[in-house]
Amino acid sequence: MWKFTVRRLLITTPQIILLSAIVFILAKMMPGDALTGLIDPTLSQERIAEMREKLGLNNPWYIQYRDWLAGVVQGDFGQSFKYQMPVTELIWQRVINTFWLSLVSTIMIYAIGLPLGIVSGRYNDRLIDQLITGYTYLGFATPVFIFGLVALWIFGFMLGWFPTGGSVEPGLEPGTFEYILSKLHHLLLPSLSIALIGTVGTVQYLRSEIIDTKQRDFIITARAKGAPERRVYNRHIFRNSILPIAAFFGYEIINLINGSIFIEQIFSYPGMGNLFIESIMLRDYSVVTALVLLSGILAILGALLSDIILSVVDPRIRIK
Amino acid sequence: MSNPLLEIKNLKTSFRIGEKYYAAVDDVSLNVNENEVLAIVGESGSGKSALAFSVMGLHNRAKIEGDIFFKGKNIANLPTKEMNKFRGNELSMIFQDPLTALNPLMEVGRQIDEVLILHKSNMPKSQRKKYIIELLERVEIPRPKHVYNQFPHELSGGMRQRVIIAIAIANQPELLIADEPTTALDVTIQAQILDLMRELKDDLNSGVVLITHDLGVVAEMADRVAVMYAGEIVEIADVDTLFNNPQHPYTRSLLSSIPLLDDAQDKLHVIHGIVPSLKHLPREGCRFSARIPWIEEDAHEEQPTLHEISPGHFVRCTCYKHFYFPDESKEDQNHDVAKS
Amino acid sequence: MTLLKVNDLKVHFPIRGGILNRKIDAIRAVDGVNFEIRQGETYGLVGESGSGKTTTGKAVMGLNNITDGEIYFENELLNKGSKVNIRRDIQMIFQDPYSSLNPRKRVFDIIAEPIRNYEKLSKQEEKRRVQELLSQVGLSPESILKYPHEFSGGQRQRIGVARAIALKPKLIIMDEPVSALDVSVQAQVLNFMQELQEELNLTYLFISHDLGVVKHMCDRIGIMYNGRYVEEGTKEEIFNDPQHIYTKRLVAAIPDIDPKRRQDNFKFREQVKDEFTNSYNDYFDEDGLAYQLKPITDTHRVALPERG
Ligand SMILES: Nc1ncnc2c1ncn2[C@@H]1O[C@H](COP(=O)(O)OP(=O)(O)O)[C@@H](O)[C@H]1O
Ligand SMILES: Nc1ncnc2c1ncn2[C@@H]1O[C@H](COP(=O)(O)OP(=O)(O)O)[C@@H](O)[C@H]1O
Ligand code: SF4
Ligand SMILES: [Mg+2]
Ligand SMILES: [Mg+2]
Repeated sequence: MWKFTVRRLLITTPQIILLSAIVFILAKMMPGDALTGLIDPTLSQERIAEMREKLGLNNPWYIQYRDWLAGVVQGDFGQSFKYQMPVTELIWQRVINTFWLSLVSTIMIYAIGLPLGIVSGRYNDRLIDQLITGYTYLGFATPVFIFGLVALWIFGFMLGWFPTGGSVEPGLEPGTFEYILSKLHHLLLPSLSIALIGTVGTVQYLRSEIIDTKQRDFIITARAKGAPERRVYNRHIFRNSILPIAAFFGYEIINLINGSIFIEQIFSYPGMGNLFIESIMLRDYSVVTALVLLSGILAILGALLSDIILSVVDPRIRIK
Repeated sequence: MSNPLLEIKNLKTSFRIGEKYYAAVDDVSLNVNENEVLAIVGESGSGKSALAFSVMGLHNRAKIEGDIFFKGKNIANLPTKEMNKFRGNELSMIFQDPLTALNPLMEVGRQIDEVLILHKSNMPKSQRKKYIIELLERVEIPRPKHVYNQFPHELSGGMRQRVIIAIAIANQPELLIADEPTTALDVTIQAQILDLMRELKDDLNSGVVLITHDLGVVAEMADRVAVMYAGEIVEIADVDTLFNNPQHPYTRSLLSSIPLLDDAQDKLHVIHGIVPSLKHLPREGCRFSARIPWIEEDAHEEQPTLHEISPGHFVRCTCYKHFYFPDESKEDQNHDVAKS
Repeated sequence: MTLLKVNDLKVHFPIRGGILNRKIDAIRAVDGVNFEIRQGETYGLVGESGSGKTTTGKAVMGLNNITDGEIYFENELLNKGSKVNIRRDIQMIFQDPYSSLNPRKRVFDIIAEPIRNYEKLSKQEEKRRVQELLSQVGLSPESILKYPHEFSGGQRQRIGVARAIALKPKLIIMDEPVSALDVSVQAQVLNFMQELQEELNLTYLFISHDLGVVKHMCDRIGIMYNGRYVEEGTKEEIFNDPQHIYTKRLVAAIPDIDPKRRQDNFKFREQVKDEFTNSYNDYFDEDGLAYQLKPITDTHRVALPERG
């Protein structure tokens, strides 16, 4: 098991290095450079040239890449020109906010998706399944930002059940019960929006897995043993159908990152996605670079997590 | 004579295709006694599995008509809840494909344990484990303690089939239905599995329904044989009679299509055409006549029924009197019949 | 005339492991196999599953890397490197008629594929060739536009045969061609292959685990166990006078069609099984591998015990 993990990590390392190189090159291709964020527009041309030299911006690209990478490894992504603060510091709070949003969304995705998928697969082609399948088609057809907008408008503005922006009520003492409650209250609507749309893939996937597993020979063996339907479903069908879903868990992270970009924007939720769009619009490239790299790493780690989960739960590929 | 262990009377199992029901098993009647092996042979698509599944109550969307008496109780269309008391207990089944018949995510020991949990609920866990190890030994699995914790994919096809047999015999069934138990296995493994099944049957004194399309397996195992074609039984006899004095054209065609080991035939007999699909099964007259096209129209009976031509030997209709293979001359055939 | 000569063939598959996933051991799927096939004969290769039959066939076809040994076809060395040069004169038919044909391709493209690889024909000529081939294997020429799933198992196997004979090969390797078929269909395919052999003057390498079928089809037979030959001989020698305990066990395992001999067969099998268990250590080395073949007649070679 640990051998497998180590081996996978070894493969992951070059992937991440490659990713960083791509991100770096893309950043270089954007108009402007790290200096754009630092300089005072009134400075003289000579002064600027001097600063460029000092910051190493005249070095060949591989030296610059090396320097940049060295900084990144130490957690230094440079300066944000908009906020005039280190990118790392800026991102940190946002990462934590997005983490909570993703966590709650993930829980909701499975809390909604598993029961719906199970019911839909078990009673396939009955009315209940047709309703659920109908919902999944709708979910696939609806872009998450439109759904988020509608949800915000109805439940946030019209009904006023949920706050319409931010991650917590201002003025509350961190750590108090009210503070946590307020955080949750702010999270609920955005994560529900992500989950209701994001879960349809899980529902459909689980449904087709169950329908598939239902027809497998070993299910007949279980029935021939005299196992009641409840046991056939719980011990054999669900267990075997949920396995691929579990393996998919890591990939969900990628979905979440995509989903949260729009949702955070719509709900003015101060997370990574929100920051990302803001930074692109303001051409705050050091922040964009950092965020792209971070999401890329998360995606790679997500895939790794999926493989590890699969290797743990599936005895056929379990690695000793 | 006491009641047969299994008595099937006029069983008709139909599947729905589109708007209509089509019978895959059509008016079949059979008996199986204690310690008796009844073989059911026929090409694939003849309805053998459909028959077995009807007895086990494993069809989920089929219409089942007729009676299936197991130890005197009619179990046709029994509610699942009641059927579950029999299944895996007094009535158990072995399946064709050992590669797919076991749950890939469950240890072998636990899969056997399940059938004990279901039917011997008062047996404590430690005792069950001991018993399972004994069972694994009984089906000649080497290193049973180790295998107990293994997953199916870690075992060979032959070993998996032994596990499936262990599940089937765990509760000393009175009737064992084996649906092509060796079709997916190599000849050497097949011989071992058949020998094992025979020993187990003698130990348990159970009745066995052995489904196969391999007449070699029939000759090795069966006491009586029912030949099935297109949902119907066309011939039924004790095994010696069936092999030495086969009558129905279908039985004779099957027998002459196997490569025999003794006499080198030049050409194997080929049965014309294919088993018709359910929708295209002829429901009127003889179902086999399309596959012996060289036999004159007027040789066929309009409503062929099973006749008892000697004690215990039933043949559908009287056609056998007129049947000959295309490469034999008709005169030879008539001559033979006249002599006998 | 010798058509194919296989000389000390070895095919090993690496077993990888460790953190760097390097080769740590090897599966010796084929481990020193020698045989010759003569022009026009049907040579049977028999053994239980996993004994290396398919691997041998694939090696001859150039579908597997060869670890060691030489393969000669018409006295020409085929393998210069680790792979055999693919020859249009050698074709292979696979076991499972359900999965060996690409389900998304039409019969026309399936059969035309090998032709396109070797010959430049116009669309018209190509179509005519495919139709000819179809009627040669007893399928209606109209079926060229159908997909494999529209055919029965026996018909699909014929499509496989049509593809195999498209290039007029000299040797056809048949890997369990009838194992997945019903008896009656099996008879049909076997008869047809015998007819085809006469008609096209073909040589067959017939791989099977079913001795009944092998006896019906083959002139000479090689028995494999664990990647090695244990015995080779004419059909009569193998069936009437098996020498190696493994061959004896194989022959004893064949179901007898006469129910009267059942008890005797059962006893005989038990006896052979005991003999097998008792003399296993004489006939196989510490690794469970057979010894070198030794000739006992001109045609009969057996891996007899070397020790004690
Ligand atoms: N669940 C089903 N629904 C519809 N048709 C079926 C079903 N099961 C079997 N059949 C059809 O019934 C016929 C008999 O099948 P089966 O009993 O499996 O034959 P055998 O076991 O003799 O090969 C075949 O034509 C098959 O296609
Ligand atoms: N591509 C492969 N990689 C690794 N092992 C293989 C491969 N192909 C076959 N083997 C192994 O080689 C042995 C012989 O296999 P095979 O030639 O398929 O046997 P047979 O055809 O006699 O059943 C088996 O143990 C099999 O698992
Ligand atoms: S004669 Fe009778 S059984 Fe024979 S083929 Fe005709 S009807 Fe069928
Ligand atoms: Mg069947
Ligand atoms: Mg093979």
